[in-house]
Amino acid sequence: MKKSFAAGAFSLNSELPGKILTTGAAFLAIISVITIVGFITVKGMSTFVVNGVSVKEFLFSTSWWPDRLPEDGGPQVGVLVFIFGSVVIAMLAVLFSAPLSIICAVFMTEIAPSWGQRFLQPSIELLAGIPSVVYGYIGLSLLVPFIRNSFGGLGFSILAGFLVLSIMILPTIVSVLTDSLRSLPREYKEAALALGSTRWQAIRLVLLPAARSGVITGIVLGLARAFGEALAVQMVIGNMRKMPMTILDPVITLTSAITMDMGNTPMGSLWNNALWSMGLFTLMMSCFFILVLRLTLRKGGVAR
Amino acid sequence: MNSRLVDRIATVIFWAGALVVIIILGSMISYLLYHGGKYINWGFLTRPSQVISAGGGIGPQIFNSFYLLVMSMAITIPIGLLAGVYLSEYATANKFTEAIRLSIETLNSLPSIVVGLFGLLVFVNMTGWGYSLISGALALTVLNLPFMVRITEESIRGVPGSLREASLALGANQWQTICRVVLPTAFPGLVSGVIITCGRVFEEAAALLFTAGMSSPPLDFSQWNIFNSASPLNPFRPAETLAVHIWKINTEGLIPDLRRVADGSAAVLILFVLSFNLGARWLGRRIYKRMTST
Repeated sequence: MKKSFAAGAFSLNSELPGKILTTGAAFLAIISVITIVGFITVKGMSTFVVNGVSVKEFLFSTSWWPDRLPEDGGPQVGVLVFIFGSVVIAMLAVLFSAPLSIICAVFMTEIAPSWGQRFLQPSIELLAGIPSVVYGYIGLSLLVPFIRNSFGGLGFSILAGFLVLSIMILPTIVSVLTDSLRSLPREYKEAALALGSTRWQAIRLVLLPAARSGVITGIVLGLARAFGEALAVQMVIGNMRKMPMTILDPVITLTSAITMDMGNTPMGSLWNNALWSMGLFTLMMSCFFILVLRLTLRKGGVAR
Repeated sequence: MNSRLVDRIATVIFWAGALVVIIILGSMISYLLYHGGKYINWGFLTRPSQVISAGGGIGPQIFNSFYLLVMSMAITIPIGLLAGVYLSEYATANKFTEAIRLSIETLNSLPSIVVGLFGLLVFVNMTGWGYSLISGALALTVLNLPFMVRITEESIRGVPGSLREASLALGANQWQTICRVVLPTAFPGLVSGVIITCGRVFEEAAALLFTAGMSSPPLDFSQWNIFNSASPLNPFRPAETLAVHIWKINTEGLIPDLRRVADGSAAVLILFVLSFNLGARWLGRRIYKRMTST
């Protein structure tokens, strides 16, 4: 009996190896987060520390001339245009996607007969599984020509960017929201219906407010995903380093600038360092979103 | 009367919203398969890609995707599994557990481009490996670890407490119980979770641009010495995956038959992703049936 249990160093008889292995693996998660944040921060700070660009100029200036010679007043690395592009596209995507997601989630939990749900649930899981480059490619080959032909302009635009993104983040928001609607006690709905409210009144006045924390979590996660997405957006927004005036103008985001230029600029140059600082900014935004989530969930007092 | 009318209208809107999503998905997939499907043939799937002339295929890219998948899953599965076991079986409510959960949550919401940048800094530059398969596999591990941990936790949570108690009551210790009772019971959930994670490896591109690279050296499929730079198995060679290939030819492609290659590649990629998705469901259900009926 004893022999069959003993298998070299990983003897099951002892508790210790199991504890060490599992604790070590879990510890690895902490280590990787610390190293990621540490390395990106150190590298991203070099624009300010080595090149002496002020943080204020970096964040709030719109002059982006990283390759201009000093005689011409360069080089300048103000990334406000990039930040603006990222923020606008992510916000519009969420504004467009959130209502549709809420509709889908409520439809799946409250309205659909089982066959309706049997169609929608796998559809949304499939949407989540479609690669982001494929979204970008569909945007490039369908949406961009469509916008060019029906609204004018280049087609590569804010409009194309946020439409592609809003479909991409839909599954994220829907799945969080569905979970939180399903976890509500059945009595809420029954009580509302018993008091004479219609189904829509029960949804609007009881169920959605009760699932508030789920709504917020879903929207913040969607926003985080939209903000960090790189390739799909890069393929459809035209990447023009200029402040957009209308929704049909091309635009550039932080992530698309990083994807395009990181490979073409020499390590250690100001241009390259500025790209790392943009990466740091993206990382800080994603940490900020996590913080927002933690704070709102604690305040709401409702666990997910 | 009025509120009943509003209820009707709301119901119609809900149905319409759901229908819109299904239509969007359906039209996207049929568009991809219709346009790309006609280009898929054996030659396209096996020929090497071309840089400036027409007639290229996607053979090496498909191989790279699968090889990278195997490499990265070989690292992700054990670490993710163990960390998930720790969180669901050993962890108590203390600061350490809280720190792990926060880390997993942070890792989970990191944009993949940031993971790519980290990979470029550490796995590519500091190790001196350059753009290589191994750097790509490690970056993908960072990206998929939180997902694997969550899947493990969820599958283990489905294991009834009575099984655990019975095993402990029979004198097994906790580690024995985990290896002999908990993990085998959670197996169906784990299998579908792992396959879904595989799908995520397949669809990732942003984290691979600057880790596995955007080019593939000429490969000699008869060279099986893994240290030879022309060997497809060499983990230290750059490797462009299928998803990266789609991005690259669309943004900086010079080939004249761009549409053919792009349409075909997108269709192949979507077919792989679909089969991973359906495969996960089917296999999970099948294993579950077999385990519960015998």
